[in-house]
Amino acid sequence: MEKYLYIALFAPLVGSLFAAIFGAQPKIKFVGLAASGFLFVSFVSALVLLFEVMATGQAIHVEMMPWIAAGDLYIPFGFVVDQVSAIMMVVVTTVSTIVHIYAIGYMDHDKGFNRFFSWLSAFVFSMMILVMSDNFAGLFIGWEGVGLCSWGLIGFWYHKESATWAANEAFIMNRIADLGMLLGIFLIYWNVGSIQYDAVFAAAPTIANDTLVWIGILLFIGAMGKSAQFPLHPWLADAMEGPTPVSALIHAATMVTAGVYLVIRANPIYVEIPDVGYLIASLGAFVALFAASMALVNRDMKRIIAYSTLSQLGYMFVAAGLGAYWVALFHLMTHAFFKALLFLGAGNVMHAMHDELDPYKMGRLYPIMKGTAILMIIASVALAGIYPLAGFFSKDKILEVAFSGEHYILWGTLWITAGLTAFYSFRLIMLAFFGDTARYKEHGIHPHEAPKFMLVAMSPLALLAIVAGFFEHGFVHFVNAVLPEFEFHTHHVEMILIAVTSLMALGGIAVAILLYRRGRISTKWESTWVYKMLINQYYIPKIYDLIFVKPYGAFSHMMWKNIDMKVVDATVDFIAKTVYSTGEKTHTMQSGNLSVNLRWMVVGVMVLLLAAFVPTLWEFASNFYTQNLHYFGAN
Amino acid sequence: MITVSHYLVVAALMFAIGLIGVMRRKNLLMLFFATEILLNAVNVALAALSNHFGDLTGQMFAFFIIAIAASEVAVGLGLLIVWYKRTGRLDLDELTTMKG
Amino acid sequence: MFEVISFYFFAIVTLGAFWITVMSKSALYSMTALAMGMIMISGFFFLLNADFLGVVQIIVYTGAVMAIYAFGMMFFDTIKEVKEKNPSNILIFVLGGLSALLVVIIFAAPMYSEHINALYPMVTQTLGEGDQAIEQVVLNSESVGVVLFTKYLIPFEVAAVMLLVAMIAGIVLAGKKMDESLTLMSDAEIEERGF
Repeated sequence: MEKYLYIALFAPLVGSLFAAIFGAQPKIKFVGLAASGFLFVSFVSALVLLFEVMATGQAIHVEMMPWIAAGDLYIPFGFVVDQVSAIMMVVVTTVSTIVHIYAIGYMDHDKGFNRFFSWLSAFVFSMMILVMSDNFAGLFIGWEGVGLCSWGLIGFWYHKESATWAANEAFIMNRIADLGMLLGIFLIYWNVGSIQYDAVFAAAPTIANDTLVWIGILLFIGAMGKSAQFPLHPWLADAMEGPTPVSALIHAATMVTAGVYLVIRANPIYVEIPDVGYLIASLGAFVALFAASMALVNRDMKRIIAYSTLSQLGYMFVAAGLGAYWVALFHLMTHAFFKALLFLGAGNVMHAMHDELDPYKMGRLYPIMKGTAILMIIASVALAGIYPLAGFFSKDKILEVAFSGEHYILWGTLWITAGLTAFYSFRLIMLAFFGDTARYKEHGIHPHEAPKFMLVAMSPLALLAIVAGFFEHGFVHFVNAVLPEFEFHTHHVEMILIAVTSLMALGGIAVAILLYRRGRISTKWESTWVYKMLINQYYIPKIYDLIFVKPYGAFSHMMWKNIDMKVVDATVDFIAKTVYSTGEKTHTMQSGNLSVNLRWMVVGVMVLLLAAFVPTLWEFASNFYTQNLHYFGAN
Repeated sequence: MITVSHYLVVAALMFAIGLIGVMRRKNLLMLFFATEILLNAVNVALAALSNHFGDLTGQMFAFFIIAIAASEVAVGLGLLIVWYKRTGRLDLDELTTMKG
Repeated sequence: MFEVISFYFFAIVTLGAFWITVMSKSALYSMTALAMGMIMISGFFFLLNADFLGVVQIIVYTGAVMAIYAFGMMFFDTIKEVKEKNPSNILIFVLGGLSALLVVIIFAAPMYSEHINALYPMVTQTLGEGDQAIEQVVLNSESVGVVLFTKYLIPFEVAAVMLLVAMIAGIVLAGKKMDESLTLMSDAEIEERGF
């Protein structure tokens, strides 16, 4: 089985390196095919591993080679495929394979075709390291690797100012969070003396509670950055500057869920500190509502979906925070499928509309883009949580978890959010595909359906979005081998809860359809303060700009003027000037007269001889002194 | 009793004479003579140390130095002749084509 | 006693000859003094049990090198003195003297260090029998031959090639346009012929 593990891990790397060879060359279709092929191989291996783990119930653990071995510190490049990582691997490789194939069509006319595949496969490789590592150091490598690839892919169209800005924003915000995570890992090492999962989790109950709280919070800060939780969330919406397959793969299905994965993986730590867990859950619920509210009014298709992702990540954190780890993982999986599908559909629309993202400029696209529309509707229904699609099962379980723990405020928040989710999803669908008028005609756009193979590539995701929910029982049984079980105390009200939630979701859909059946609603309410606050994302980017960016800019300017120019540059200039003036003064020595040169040579030999001789003399003198101390009057 | 130090002192003095010659003379031919003196001084030192340690390595080096000296004379003298043919003088101070 | 006398004799004569070489105004005197010094140096080699080296010294230096110089000087106008203008003789002598001092000290340094063992010890053999047996160094040329053609074979061959190259270079450089005497030509003619 080790063989499959290595294949699953390294096939994306091979694909990435292969594509990188042609990185600077114009488009070669074969590169895309090869990268997709390697991904498919990785996907198959991941499936084999999943079935193997399923059959034996045993985790596959390998140690490829030692990485750092210094004193007591021993960190190997070790990989573990247990129930959790097998699920993650399959999710990651499934979505990535589909996105790769989709991207062959999507990036068809792009100059950076080969470069794109290199980055994308490199991302998958990093993600695999992240989920497969058997220690926190390996996790951190993957963590940084996906961050780097995300940076490269958000800023893929680097000639666009906004893209580079968004890439840097994402990278810097993640860096802040990573510092927290790194400190958490240091703290773990400090207290346990190892950062292997096994050792750490075995030792978790013995660590002092205060310390464990700090570890939990610091690790969660890392998770907050990667999963774009408040207050580190603005980067995710801006990250939509990247190509749409990237948004689908990285900023919806895989990378942003790494934070959730971390909390799930570190569950033995969080089990010991329920207060921190409750904090995580509260923050998650807040983000769910907060992000959903911003999605209500946004006029950028991809941003709406991005806020929806943010909101769903909030759901996952609620489940993980309240100790229902398998529920979080289950929602992570179903969400990956339908959210990736939604994004890819949005990519089709975007392509059709010539990169126009404002749904107010679309309308009545359904007759032209039937396939895409149906796929997106499936994804939206799944997202809204309507029976029998995947979202229903996972989201409903999260609500049940909140209710079961008697956290009624959390439950209420999530319940409202469920309605909002349904509303904004169908607002988008209605605006883009239905309505009375085809508004795109006013803007002189002639949309066309995406190539058939892209739709075919998307169809497995649609299938999974529909049926994934029915695997719930098998899933619970499978992952509970490593994750703690969660006791539901809601059997008596289960059906009522389901009914209430479903009604909320259906209500959201109905309101959206009614409101937007004619296209856009009246513009009157756009002048209200609520709308203004929502469309400006609660003014948070502006506040950040005011509090952090501007003062830091001023500080940097000051440092540049005073320290860099006056101290650093002056020092360097001084050295350069000294060298110059020395040359000016001594160039007469270079008379070209051999006799003079010879004399200088002898002087040089003299200096060298002295250099060889003086230390010897010094040593001799000191020896002489120590041997004859009594002559010098010392006793 | 003559020790190795005596030989080394003589060799060092020879070397110094050679150095003085190299620095002092402006006649290119004299420069070659001085170089020969330098090489021979080293040879004497090598032979003396070889004898002192009972090791033939020193002598081996001396042989190769002699071989190099012979080659140097052949090439150097050839160049000198060409130079003399061209300018009619052997004055070192005229060789200033390398002026920086 | 014999060694002491001969050492000082060789030392004084060699240094004197070299001094004349360096100081003499006439190149001819210099060369003669140099040849003498070379022969005297071979005396050192004989004293140091390096018989073969001594012989080579006489043959190569006095026989070959000096002969080349002598022939080479036939190309030059040795009567014409080169102008020697030395701004600071003191500097030169101070430099020479100081470096001599330092070199002597550095050469003497191995004497203080210990544990230096011969890598290629001189081969000895026992002469005589019984009480009269004495250890004696085998003929120097024999042991030199052994070492030279085993350990130092490749450097030896390289040196041979180098000598060949040097010979060819010497011939090419000196032998070009041998049939024309530049000293008898006018400057204009030399320019014309493009030397």
